[in-house]
Amino acid sequence: MLAQRILLGLLTLFAISLIIFLAVSMLPGDAAEAILGQAATPETVAALRRQLGLDLPPHIRYLDWLGGILQGDFGTSIGNGREINEVLGTRVYNTIFLALFAASIAVPLALFCGILAALYRNSLYDRTVNVVTLSSISTPEFFVAYILLLLISVKAGWLPSLSNVRLDTTFTEHLEKTLLPALVLTLVSMAHMMRMTRAAIINLLANAYIEMAALKGMKRFRIIVHHALPNAWAPIVNVVVINLAYLIVGVIVVEVVFVYPGLGQYLVDAVQRRDMPVVQACCLIFAATYVILNLIADILSILTNPRLLHPK
Amino acid sequence: MGIINKTLRDLSNQKVSRRKFMQAGGALGIASAAPGLLVGSAAQAAMPVKGGHLSIAMPHGSSSDSTDPIQLISGHSIMMFYSIHNTLTEVTPDGQLVPLLAESYEPGADPTEWIFKLRSGVTFHNGKSVTSDDVITSIGRHIGEDSASSMKSFIENVDSITKDGDLVVKFKLKEGNVDFPVILSDSVLSILPSKDGEIEAFDVGCGVYRLAEFQPGQYSKYERYADHYKTDRGFLDTAELLTIADATARQNALITGEVDVVGDVDRATAERLGATADIDILNVQSPKHYTFPMRVDLPPFDNNHVRMALKLSIDREAVLETILSGYGSLGNDQPISPNNRYFNHELEQRVYDPEKAKWHLKQAGLDSLEVELSAADNLYKGATDTAVLYSEHAKASGINIIPNQVPDDGYWKDVWLQHPWCASYWSGRPTEDWMFTQAYSGSSNWNETYWKNERFDELLVAAKSELDEDKRRQMYWEMQALVRDDGGAVIASFANHVSGVSSRAGIPEVVAGNWNYDGYKLIERWWNKG
Repeated sequence: MLAQRILLGLLTLFAISLIIFLAVSMLPGDAAEAILGQAATPETVAALRRQLGLDLPPHIRYLDWLGGILQGDFGTSIGNGREINEVLGTRVYNTIFLALFAASIAVPLALFCGILAALYRNSLYDRTVNVVTLSSISTPEFFVAYILLLLISVKAGWLPSLSNVRLDTTFTEHLEKTLLPALVLTLVSMAHMMRMTRAAIINLLANAYIEMAALKGMKRFRIIVHHALPNAWAPIVNVVVINLAYLIVGVIVVEVVFVYPGLGQYLVDAVQRRDMPVVQACCLIFAATYVILNLIADILSILTNPRLLHPK
Repeated sequence: MGIINKTLRDLSNQKVSRRKFMQAGGALGIASAAPGLLVGSAAQAAMPVKGGHLSIAMPHGSSSDSTDPIQLISGHSIMMFYSIHNTLTEVTPDGQLVPLLAESYEPGADPTEWIFKLRSGVTFHNGKSVTSDDVITSIGRHIGEDSASSMKSFIENVDSITKDGDLVVKFKLKEGNVDFPVILSDSVLSILPSKDGEIEAFDVGCGVYRLAEFQPGQYSKYERYADHYKTDRGFLDTAELLTIADATARQNALITGEVDVVGDVDRATAERLGATADIDILNVQSPKHYTFPMRVDLPPFDNNHVRMALKLSIDREAVLETILSGYGSLGNDQPISPNNRYFNHELEQRVYDPEKAKWHLKQAGLDSLEVELSAADNLYKGATDTAVLYSEHAKASGINIIPNQVPDDGYWKDVWLQHPWCASYWSGRPTEDWMFTQAYSGSSNWNETYWKNERFDELLVAAKSELDEDKRRQMYWEMQALVRDDGGAVIASFANHVSGVSSRAGIPEVVAGNWNYDGYKLIERWWNKG
């Protein structure tokens, strides 16, 4: 079954690469026109197209690119001729670093708050935590970012306002520089996970075996953590994974506000310049992220469910 | 702390509150009467200090930026090229054209031939001497059928480049051009090291700074090149240029002290930023102007009465105050700015006059007029807002302007030169000839109004090789009047360059206005006060 999923995943990636290629081809203008901009003349555009190989028919350019990918080579940027692999390495690292950092704060916090919310259902705490997380998820990311920047960086001066990490940035510096964006991402992604945890647990609390545990005189917290939670993992894991995917592919606005050199900024730059190979590379990585994370979610659901783990 | 004005507008104003208020004549045009500097009460005529570091943040820069000047695509690249390379000539902060890498230059028998004598003993950062071969290769690659250079149209006039020994280069032009040496001051025509007719390395130059590190779309780092031939510049030991696209992020970085200079400050909040301790706003007058080019080849704009009616229907004062928050000056429907050498100051400033506009409409045989004006949000800040404001102003003349908001993406290809009427802008050009040839000559690729005026084109060619100063001035003056009263562009305002500067940064007395960031030469002209 796993092999089948992986194969389907690869097929999805192939289809996506084709769709991206067609979609970007349909955008008005190409790299030559984007590079020359206002300075473009018909002659210079034609000359640049020849130099960049854009005068070749689309299917040949696509097959060239596909051939490279199969050998693990993303090719070179049309804009500046740099090896995409090189740039991509650091960008992917930065993106995943921030995503994991944010997740390492958001996931435990969301689970904890969610369990407590289920425990003290309809209490003042439950309402407060719901209002706070729902407000923060409903506010645009950049606004949350500006508010935190104003309070923590500009007014208090505790953290830098720029997350401009470099090649020579050490791990601890990296943590310090990305703490603010990680907090922003925590605020905007927590509500979803917290509420799913709460709902999934509450859903189970009506079951007979929970009632049984309660009648045995077990403490409510122990009932929830030991009896309800194990059966609630599947929906929670799915939501956590979707949020992880979002933290990797959907944080462009946060990257811009904090000047963080992640994949999102790289992709937007490339789309503006119609830098096809870079667009393709970034999209493929984003698509792969979804495919892989979904696969992980499925595997984890199976592992947490004995009925699926040991089928008859 | 306050606002440092480098403008001509407020020269008489000396009484600006308790804030520090410095004023200086910004310089724009080539060889304009040196505007000089006027320093207000609290300003100190500071001497440059050697050593130290400055971080500069600008919105420009993309991860596809390259080190090859032929593919100049962002302000980050321009600043990088001017810092690590040298051009044959340069425009000084007060607007004079002077030789730079060349020791001297002069026309031959007539302005179709130009002879450049190079400085001897100049070396690239890799130790190689700068010779005439490097000049021929660096400039020659912009000419020819295969050239995709953004300067191609201007340098194409060069018929041949030949050398006379290692240090003399001769340019033979197809048509005489008195202003030819100005073109060679453009960063695209930087001189790079060559080997056998090919560029040897793009990240090596003969400029004041060597490129220490470059991450496209993120930052570039510079270290002073100790062997540079100029001693009147290059005060910083190191410098760093950051790309920060978000205006608020730039301001935050300046307030928290993570950078020392930020460019393109949001004009609406500039005053508040300037009120922050240890931060000044630098306000430099510039030739950058916003235009609304009407395509005069299409109705209704083919009728000059319609064009005049539209030109009279915009309240320029209101645009300057609301869109530019006062950081700019009024436009007079022609692109030459007050500090250009041949600025026609006798042309009357056009004002908002709905009654006269109605009269022009009537002359055109119209009772009312409905036209669409296309603009994109990020073309420049306030582009679509100006269109909306204009639409309100024009109602008084019985003109219905329908603002049409279009995407930023692909604007120069799909909207500009295509739509009958749209928003556009020009950074300004160092000479009248350059500006007019590029945007107003009947045969230009960038003639955004499709305006073809026989008299104008005749004058444009004649002025190129006119050596008599008075006659030349007369020609350019007449051309400005022609564009103003017959051309298709509504030019309502010139926009100043507005930067935020920390008190750590040392600012020269005269700051260039021809381009933002002190003519894009900030890194070699500014210093750290220590």
